[in-house]
This record gives sequence, C-alpha cells and structure tokens, in this order.
Amino acid sequence: MKLQTISSMKDFVQLFEQLDQTTKTNKKVAALKSYFDAADDMDKLWTIAILSHRRPKRSVRTALLREWASEAANLPLWLFEESYHIVGDLAETIALIHPNLESKNDKSLSEWVQFIIDLKPLSDEEQKEKVLWVWNNLNEKERFVFNKLLTGGWRVGLSQKLMTRALAQHAEVEENSLTHRLMGNWRAETTTYHELIESSDPADQYSKPYPFYLAYALEGEPQNLGDVSEWQAEWKWDGIRGQIIIRNNELFVWSRGEELMTDKFPEFQELVEALPNGTVLDGEIIPFKDGKPLNFATMQTRISRKNVSKAILKSAPIVMIVYDILEFEGKDLRETPMKERRQVLERMVKKQKSGTLMLSKVLELDSWNKLIEVRTTSRENNAEGLMLKRKDSTYKIGRKKGDWWKWKVDPLTIDAVMIYAMRGHGRRANLYTDYTFAVWDGEKLVPFAKAYSGLTDKEIKRVDAFVKKNTVDKFGPVRSVSPELVFEVAFEGIAKSSRHKSGVALRFPRIHRWREDKPAAEANTKEDLMRMLDDFG
Amino acid sequence: MPLLQFTEKGIYCKRANVYIDPWKPVDYAIITHAHADHSRWGNKFYLSHHLSKPIIQHRLGQDISIESMQYGESRTVNGVNFSFHPAGHIIGSAQVRVEYKGEVWVASGDYKLEDDGFSTPFEPVKCNVFITECTFGLPVFKWKPQAEVFAEINAWWRKNKAEGKATVLAGYSLGKAQRILQGIDPSIGKVFTHGAIEKTNEIIRNMGVSLNETIYVEPEMKKKDFEGSLIIAPPGALGSSWQKKFPAYEVGMASGWMKVRGTRRRESLDRGFVLSDHADWGGLNTAIKATECQKVIVTHGYTDIFSKWLNNQGIETTVEGTEFEGEMNETAND
Repeated sequence: MKLQTISSMKDFVQLFEQLDQTTKTNKKVAALKSYFDAADDMDKLWTIAILSHRRPKRSVRTALLREWASEAANLPLWLFEESYHIVGDLAETIALIHPNLESKNDKSLSEWVQFIIDLKPLSDEEQKEKVLWVWNNLNEKERFVFNKLLTGGWRVGLSQKLMTRALAQHAEVEENSLTHRLMGNWRAETTTYHELIESSDPADQYSKPYPFYLAYALEGEPQNLGDVSEWQAEWKWDGIRGQIIIRNNELFVWSRGEELMTDKFPEFQELVEALPNGTVLDGEIIPFKDGKPLNFATMQTRISRKNVSKAILKSAPIVMIVYDILEFEGKDLRETPMKERRQVLERMVKKQKSGTLMLSKVLELDSWNKLIEVRTTSRENNAEGLMLKRKDSTYKIGRKKGDWWKWKVDPLTIDAVMIYAMRGHGRRANLYTDYTFAVWDGEKLVPFAKAYSGLTDKEIKRVDAFVKKNTVDKFGPVRSVSPELVFEVAFEGIAKSSRHKSGVALRFPRIHRWREDKPAAEANTKEDLMRMLDDFG
Repeated sequence: MPLLQFTEKGIYCKRANVYIDPWKPVDYAIITHAHADHSRWGNKFYLSHHLSKPIIQHRLGQDISIESMQYGESRTVNGVNFSFHPAGHIIGSAQVRVEYKGEVWVASGDYKLEDDGFSTPFEPVKCNVFITECTFGLPVFKWKPQAEVFAEINAWWRKNKAEGKATVLAGYSLGKAQRILQGIDPSIGKVFTHGAIEKTNEIIRNMGVSLNETIYVEPEMKKKDFEGSLIIAPPGALGSSWQKKFPAYEVGMASGWMKVRGTRRRESLDRGFVLSDHADWGGLNTAIKATECQKVIVTHGYTDIFSKWLNNQGIETTVEGTEFEGEMNETAND
C-alpha cells in the first residue's frame, strides 16, 4: 500500500486556475497530470468525477443561495439578479459580490465535497449558517470553486478526452481502456480510485457502455472519399444516439451524453426476452408512429417528463433504429470490420420479434452522383441527411476522422430583420449579442426566431455599436432597435406552433451571415415562412 | 433653464454657449481628457488641462485652436465659471466644475479614486448636480489595490523570463500603458513598447514628465532581442502580424473587464489582470456621496441598473444618452 499525503483544496483551486488561464491543450494536460501526481486518492477520485460531470447532487436550492448572497453583501435582490444576468454564472456572481476576506481554508477537496453532501438533509436555516460560514472563510477564488461544486454546471474548458489523457499518463494505464473504465454510472460516493482505475477486473462493469464512435461532418465533395463501393450509406436520423445493453438479464439504455435513460424508455424492457445476453447495440432512438418518425419536439416532451405516462407511450412510442452491434454473445466486436458486424446485426434483428428495433436501411449506392441526389430527399424522408461509413472500418473510440462521416442537408434559410437585441452574458457580458428576428407581414414585422450565434467577434462588435446607437425603446435587458439590419437565419427544421406569435417553431436557428447588401424592405415575408412550413413542416 | 443640458451635440451650457466633451463640432469645447471619445475632431476652439493639450494636438493636428489651464484654475464665460479638478483617470484628466450664481454642476468625464502613482489623484468636488460615468457600475466590480496587481504581473513576468519567454501585456496606449510602465518592477528585464504607445510616451516625456525607460519595437530587431522582456502593446495589436517577430511568449491583458471570467476567456489570453482606470462599484458610490450633490446624471456604462440603485438609495438620478464609449470600446478603452 502506498503512503498518501492529504492534499488540499488549494491545490484544486490552483489546478482550476491553471486550466482556466490557458487555451493550450498541452499545458492543460500537463497541469492536470502534475495535480494527479500530488493528490491523494480521494481527491483524485473526486476530481475525475467532477471533470466527468459526476458532481454530487445539488444539496441547496439556488434561490436560497441568491437570497443569502445578496443579504450578506447588503444589496437588494434585484441588483444581485442584474449582476448575475450580466456575469452569466451564479457561482461566480456570488464569489465576486461577497465581501472579500482572508482564506482560512484548510480542508481537502473531498472533505469539501463531503461537506456539501452533508448539507442536503439540513433545514434552510442550518444550511444558511453553514454556507455563510464557508463564504466568510474562503477567499474569492476558493469561494468560486466551492460555489461551483455547490451549484454544478462546471465548464473548465477541459474535455473528458484531455482529462483521460492526463489520467492515463499519471496512472500509466492505456488511454482507450481508461476511457471505457470511466464510462457508465459509477459514482465517487460508492467507489474508490483503486476500484475505478487500478483494479484489473472490476465486478460491476456489466452496465457499462462502450465509448461511442462519433462521426465528423463531411466537408466538400463525397468523391474525395474514394471508391464508392467501399462505402455504406444510411439515413441520418434526428433522435437520440443511444446504446442498448443486455447483460445478466438486465437492460441498460445509455445516451451518447453518458446518461442512463433506461427508465425513460420502458418499451425496450421486452428486449431482455427478445435478445440474447451479452448484446450491445448502437443506434438512434426516435419516436415512431404509423410507419414514420415523429419530429424531435415530440421526443423532447417525452424525455423531459419524469414519469412516462400511458398517454405519452401511446402518443409518442419510441423505437431504436439500430445500425451497429458492438457486442454479441458477450464478445466485443469492435475490432471486427463493419460489413461483418452488419451481417451479425441483420441476423439478430430479423430473428427477434420485438417491435421496438428497426434495422437502419442501407441505401442503394452505385455512384456518388446517385447519392448526392438521394441526399436532397432527406427532409421528405424525415431524415437530417446521410451517414457514410467505410465498410471495412472498425468501431473506434470518440471522434475520429476517416471512416464515419455525417453529411447533413443544407439548412433552410430565410432573410430576416433584427428587431430586438439583448445583452449577452458570460463571455459576452458587455455586448448586445442575442437578437430577435422578424419577417414582414404586410407593413408589420412579425418576430419568429431568436438567435445568438454565427457572427464573428468583429461583426458582433459592429452590431453592438449599431444597437447602442439605434435603440428605440428599452424593456429591462431588451432593447428594441430600428429595423434596419438584415441577417440570413439558418435552421434545421420548421414546425407548426401555437405558442409562437408567428405560428412556427424553428429547430436550431442561428445566424448564417449578415446581409449587409440587403435593405430591410427586401427581407422575407411571413408567407415565405408558411410556404416552408407546408413543404417541410 | 438647467445650467447644463444634454443636446445632440454634447453636454451644453447654454448661458455660456460652451460644450463639454462634444461629439459633434461646436464653437467652444471644454475637454475633460485626451481619449478619442472625449476629445473629438472639428471644434473651433478647445480648452483642456495643460497635460492634455500636447496629446490632443498630436491627435487632432497642431493647427487646432487650443488653450489650456491648471487644476484649480478657472475661466469665466458670460458669467459662468468653469474650472478643472483632478479626475485621476489618466494623465491630465479633469472634472469640469461649472458654477453660475452659486449653483454648481460637475461633469466628471471618466475617473477613478485610487492613486495610480502617475495621474494626479481624484479630488471630490462639492456640487448640486454630479454628472458621472458608470462603466463598472455593478457590485461585482471591485478592484484590488494596484500594488497587489503589479505584484501578480511582476511574478508572471519573472516566471516567463525564467522559461526563456517574452511577456506581452496589453493595455490601451494613453493611460494604461504608462500606468503599467510605472507600476512594474523595471529591474526584472527590458521593456519594449508598440509604436502607438511609444509615440504617446514621447509626447509625455516632452512635457517634462519622466517615464521609465522603454525600447521601441523596430522592424529589424531579432527574435532573441525580446527574450525575457516585457512588451507593452495596445489591445488592437494582439493577434496581428506585429506579434510574429517575437520568440515564444505569453499574452496578458490589464483591464477592469478581466474581473469577469467570461470576458477573460473570450480574449484567449494566458493571463488577465484586473486593472482599470475607471472607478469600481465602491469608488462610484464613494465619489457620489463625497460630492454631497442633490442630483446625479449617469451617462455611460450600466446606466439603467446604476441609476435604479442610486434612486433606491434616495439619490435622485436620471440617465442621459451620450456618445462616450466607455462601454462600447470595452477592453480597448477601459
């Protein structure tokens, strides 16, 4: 047994600062490795948990935190809220607004995490006393980190991939096997560093998904991929990428975001009977009814429900469109070429009787030109484009270029007039960056979409200057501006909506480009939107 | 008739037919300080502080009609008395006190309360109406004493030097650059400056104000000339081809906006140092109280929020639109 020294939360705060201060991945990995080298096992485990979004459950309501913070700073709540809106981060706002004091912190990271977990069962009053005690005993940076642990939503600008790389260097474990170990529903509360990272045959691994293989977007012509006969094409569905696991007579459904979603999809329970043990399938989970997929909004309502009711099972039944098999009869197939995996998959899907599995159709592909033509019919087929996969490819880990490509249809676009602007927050705290767009309905402008991304920093600064000089009216953080600027707004889909003034809801609206060449009068009309709704809705 | 009013040309004293920091050409302009958004082109006559005059002449041309005066000195136009009082924002920056028959208004331009060791420190001026900026009028903006900030900058520079790297630190050319130059520890290494800053330094030195030694970055210099040195550059030079002549380097920026993690990250910097020439939250509140004024007019910054706060505190406050850019130019002009 190795002797461990107790590490301090100060080391973690310093690590966070180092990660935050650089944009260079090498430096980040080096900082994290040297942190791992010095930290004790408990702190290492919690660091891995935090960086892979497995922080402890929130134990204090944020509404209370806001109240306590503004009270402790002797400021009205509205002023706290305004500051929060501009800073864009609750943990940071509280850290900044609190009277600054000397640090008296001497706990380790894991002790702080335990402190936070222990807050959960306490009454509001007891929580308040403890939290204020912490704020008064930490300096600004430590307060920020503590608040981050308390409130969650930790974005350190460090991908799980880089974290895994640093940990692999520290633990001297191979990176790919480490990636697999870190998947699944382990919790720092119930495991140890040794069990998670070092032990050779972890007993509780049977629920673990394989790391997903992610496709890159195809840019340029498909011809560049070489001989068409080496490729397989399928529709790209707009659902939830998932993995279905049947092991030990149990079902596990994982999303690509590594969320265990088994309970959300009771339809798949029948697969425990229908499929042999030791099966892992990869596919797209989508609501499907009367022989065709329903739109993504239906899926979202379904997922957001805590309890899946009978009514919703009926109105939005789901299926998985399966396109790969990663494990068969307990054997890892990822190194087997795709065309062989596909044969195993086809046999298996055809043999089983469940109505919840559908085989992803392989599209006829005798020339690239044919494929280009097929792609243009994606929307009519309720697909968002095509997937191209090399027939002899293995199933890789993470986003790798070369064998899997997604080739989405071009987005729908419309030229719209900017009518409202709102100040951004966080990275864009001092600029007007969130815009509302409208189309003409006769003489009137009808708002139909909000978008806040797609412009360069330079363009944002110019639009910001325009907003400040051309404000017609102010409502809280929103300014109405004189309708002059025209932007091309792109979106992935359009659906009818009774909740929106314009009567339509857009999927993924964003700014494609600034049409500086177009006067406002030449922007598109509501009629144009309605035509799109008829064609693609 | 109010003593000062806000027109489409600027802050206007009708009785004297004089404008303060006008943004459109006028006959008579009193200038609070030499930043571009406060001293604009096209006025028939300028009145500024002595230390602002050469900078304004450099920017707007030697042929402009300009006169200057000291802090505390005053000038009367049609019975209205105008005087300058230190604003502590940058070298030569002044608050303009306007008095007519015992009624006093102060247009403070931009200001900060901390003595930066270079600009003449801010002095509160008692008045009836106080016109103030509020670029950082939110309680999250609280500055540390500059000695602590310079200790951080020095430590960073030393560390970079030990690693054989150059250190590039961005701050705008007039004000921040000289504050950095006078605040850092010159014994650590050589200090280079970008052309825009060196030009400003030259004007300041010619006024008889001494500055620490600097070396202008010349095109023919070699990479190794810069190893271990500090290079002070305006924010606009970051990311431009100008930087290509340097060896391995780290980039930092000194600005009040660096207080917020989001703006720090947006600039893709190695380090952000919180150092501003504007008053922080505490500074704005202290300054306003010290004037003992009955009314406040806020001009630029988080005006809606800050005026609501002051009104809640029982201080009558209104917002007036101006074309000052404390907010717009963000890092470049704070």
